[in-house]
Amino acid sequence: MSRSVVLVDAVRTPFGKAGSMYAGTRADDLMVRAIRGLLERNPKLDPKAIDDVAIAAATQSGDQGMNIGRSVALLAGLPNSVPGYSIDRWCAGAMTAVTTISGAIALGAYDIAIAGGVEHMGNHPMGEGMDPNPRYLAEKIVDQDALAMGATAERLHDRFPQLTKERADRYAMNSQLKTAKAYADGKIQRDLIPTAARSAELGWGVATADESPRPTTTMEGLAGLKTPFRPAGRVTPGNSSGLNDGATAAILADEDKAKELGLTIKARLVTFAFAGVEPEVMGYGPVPSTIKALAKAGLTIADIGAFEINEAFAVQVIAFLDHFGIADDDARVNPYGGAIAVGHPLASSGVRLMLNLARTFEERPEVRYGITTMCIGLGMGGTVIWENPHFVGGSK
Amino acid sequence: MTTVKIEMPEGAPEEVVTNALVRDVDLGSFGHKGTLALITLDNGLDHTRPNTFGPQSLMALDAAITEALSRKPAAIAITGKPFIFAAGADLSALSFITKREQSLAIGKIGHDVFRRLNECGTPTFAFINGLALGGGLEVGLHCNYRTLATTAFTGLPEVFLGLVPGWGGATILPKLIGPERAVQVIMLNALNNNTMMKSKDALALGVVDAVYEPSDFLERSISFAASVLNGSKKIERTDYSNDPGWEKAIATGRAAALKKYGGAEIASPTRALELIAAAQKCTLGQGFDAEDQVLADLTMSDPLRASLYAFNLIQKKRKKVEGAPKPALARKVTRVGVVGAGLMASQLALLLLRNLKCPVVMTDIDQERAEKGVAWVKAEIAKLVEKKRMHPEAAARLVGLISGSADQSVFAGCDFVIEAIFEELSLKQDLFKKLEAIVSPECVIATNTSSLSVEAMSQGMSNPERVIGFHFFNPVAVMPLLEVARTSATDDVTTATAVAIGKELKKTMVITKDAPGFVVNRLLTRFMGEITDAMDEGTAPDIADGAMRSIGFPMSPFELLGLVGPGVALHVSETLNKNLGPRYRISPSMQRMVKEGVRTFYIKNDDGTFAPNPAALALVEKGEKASTAEQVRLRALTAIAEEARMMLDEGVVSTPAEIDLCMLMGAGWPMHLGGILPYLDREGISDSVCGQRFHAPGVASLL
Repeated sequence: MSRSVVLVDAVRTPFGKAGSMYAGTRADDLMVRAIRGLLERNPKLDPKAIDDVAIAAATQSGDQGMNIGRSVALLAGLPNSVPGYSIDRWCAGAMTAVTTISGAIALGAYDIAIAGGVEHMGNHPMGEGMDPNPRYLAEKIVDQDALAMGATAERLHDRFPQLTKERADRYAMNSQLKTAKAYADGKIQRDLIPTAARSAELGWGVATADESPRPTTTMEGLAGLKTPFRPAGRVTPGNSSGLNDGATAAILADEDKAKELGLTIKARLVTFAFAGVEPEVMGYGPVPSTIKALAKAGLTIADIGAFEINEAFAVQVIAFLDHFGIADDDARVNPYGGAIAVGHPLASSGVRLMLNLARTFEERPEVRYGITTMCIGLGMGGTVIWENPHFVGGSK
Repeated sequence: MTTVKIEMPEGAPEEVVTNALVRDVDLGSFGHKGTLALITLDNGLDHTRPNTFGPQSLMALDAAITEALSRKPAAIAITGKPFIFAAGADLSALSFITKREQSLAIGKIGHDVFRRLNECGTPTFAFINGLALGGGLEVGLHCNYRTLATTAFTGLPEVFLGLVPGWGGATILPKLIGPERAVQVIMLNALNNNTMMKSKDALALGVVDAVYEPSDFLERSISFAASVLNGSKKIERTDYSNDPGWEKAIATGRAAALKKYGGAEIASPTRALELIAAAQKCTLGQGFDAEDQVLADLTMSDPLRASLYAFNLIQKKRKKVEGAPKPALARKVTRVGVVGAGLMASQLALLLLRNLKCPVVMTDIDQERAEKGVAWVKAEIAKLVEKKRMHPEAAARLVGLISGSADQSVFAGCDFVIEAIFEELSLKQDLFKKLEAIVSPECVIATNTSSLSVEAMSQGMSNPERVIGFHFFNPVAVMPLLEVARTSATDDVTTATAVAIGKELKKTMVITKDAPGFVVNRLLTRFMGEITDAMDEGTAPDIADGAMRSIGFPMSPFELLGLVGPGVALHVSETLNKNLGPRYRISPSMQRMVKEGVRTFYIKNDDGTFAPNPAALALVEKGEKASTAEQVRLRALTAIAEEARMMLDEGVVSTPAEIDLCMLMGAGWPMHLGGILPYLDREGISDSVCGQRFHAPGVASLL
């Protein structure tokens, strides 16, 4: 890599349940709020210096359309000279925005840019306007299951019988408990941008916390939930992420530029990789992408001291952990909980993983490397390896 | 909680209730422990129907304040619905109030509810996210602190409407920002055609404490509130009670009101100044009580009822043109012509160019004159760019669309041609026949004549149905009225096209029959004729000219004469004399002034005041029969009443309201007269002259 790419800062709006606290709020307004909140807390960054704005959304129409990257740049009041573009890799949209921007910075084309993502699943239900080519099924390119994410999660249980429903539920409960503790310790709130949200019935309010967490989750409660994706299945609303509305935004920069401007440096990009798997088991994607990324970085899984893995489904997380021989309750994994608790507004989640990892880096200077990874619909995984700029030496 | 019980007056339209919704906001994320009780004002409709305060809305706010306080918040804040904070009192019921007590109660309930925001013991904030006018801004003034969105307009238009900012504004504002600035907001802005404050003005004047961009206005406002609450931000207030500027400020306000109403003392500005002056020493409570009394006095007065009538009329007719054919009939206009390149024609060309943004061609008798007109238009555009009122690119676009020629063949392809040549019927008749040979049979041919017969102009044409009168008022860019005169032949497509153009030009239109002088010039000329006639009979010019002073016209008859020019005035009166009869007098004094080239009765002194012009006085006819000012006044008003009734009988326009609209928008006659007919009604002149009123009691007057 010709130049070192760093994460300067990252923020997000509180995540709402789809069509709930943000029912009267536009997706682009959520994204604008994230960007303005990000710039407000980085006053040393002159907006004129932003080389590009890459914004992801899984559904790019309506309030997530009109080239949302450029559109939110204008709506956020960035100078006209700042360009913008849209990114789509479904759930890994914001992650891809970060990697694409990072590529441009590494090349030297950009010095500093914004990457982020938004999904208003209340305004854009999953599968909205989707028109799968009939060849998919006619020519058996994929199974029917490949197109329903819950079904792909069931397929992971099928493939790895050791990943029991009980393990998935326990993982899910722990995610809720870790999030509850992180909230109690004020750790999540640090990177939330309070976001005004109006309801015609209730008037204006301000979202200051995620809407989805269920801190009182119990194993008994989880055991009783229905399995909507197949009869006698294992995937339930309790061990999956929900349907959510939210936005995330990050500043990425060439390390020298960041230092010159006196910006914070929260994480240093090592490398990244995306990889494909059979679409029917898309949740397995993070395994090959992580193997690929580690190989490129010349690291092994043992070098990784912190993991932020997106919890689209609990089974997909434990499939990953199982592969690498990591315990389901390993303290290095998602210390603040994950998407099962706070929610997963599809294309926005990638940056949420990064802002959590950046906090872990701050808190644990003995950790040198961390990864953010997530599974992606139609059978993919994405992994980004980061180095802790606060690393002071030590084992990992 | 307020204890006043209010009932809507009989006949009043049902109130559109502005709800007040309360929600808690955790201030923890903003740097202060505790919650903010956030009240949203929202009438449930979109921004085209702003929040207003009628009795039920006030009760809703009262209940919301009570609810908010019960939650023991760290602070209470009020904000609006998207784009709108609140546009003030619901005026729709005021016209139906029959008893002074009802009016007093409306003032009192407003105070009772709003003052809680200052007296409740909990810090209060107004987050003015959008338009805040009158009572809308006053709610905010009762709060302890105010933030404002950069794009929001604010103002206190009450004095413009014939009221006073009587829900606290007239008392709080002078105490908050000092007398000079309060007079600016309450008096000067309101009297200056109801100018609203931009956010930077409101901030500079101290009306608000902070301004934030709309994209995260609420979040930043809450952050501001948290900073005030936790002490990290201090807002200093000045005590103006010993400020030396009170007298001067009041004098400035008084002078502005006198100037606006041609020297007449009009109730609403006078009473507003009383309240502002009292604010130096009085307590808030005393001020509010005084406001209640003034509001009741004004509400129970004919001038206010006439003002409300006029205001509603202007609002309504701006959008809907009485008697206009279906808009869908209008033809597309993509090229327009202006015949003539004199000052009037050039003004028309500029107006058409700026608003239609299509090719505009001007012609005159030679290339030099045509080019002079084009040059004038281009120079005006350049001025706009210089004043930053037009973007250079927009100017470049317009400059590329204007051209001039001595050859009328350039009108080929025009969809609309308007003439503004010399006011001579035969010239115009010739012109129209020539134009017919050049333009398509569908091209609308319009005349800006002020007094000639449009019908006569179109005689002998093959397609007289496309001829229409399109009468503007000088200065064309400023005066909002456009009289659209149909001849007996003018068809609906032509009228619809003309009205569509008028809308593009942002004019208020009245469709009139093709009758001499249409409405405004006919009434004004008749009125002026009585004044000059009285003078010619032997009344001293200053007595004659001052006879109407108390009514509140923006300028005296002779000041108006100076503006129009005796030449034009004489020409119009001669035409009307010929066409309407000898009641339109031809003044020998005026004839002499035109002959001698004396343009005005007044000359401007070096200090800006006016003195009688001896050259004019020397030319005045010296009759034997002097009248008193009151006699002149009565005589002039009688003439107006008589002429207005004749116009209605002749069907020049179909309703008295259109006559009022014409005088409001075309002559600048004041709202407290309701245009003019409500005034004639309430003075008993309509009854005595015409044997009937123009408006039923209650329409533009007390019942």
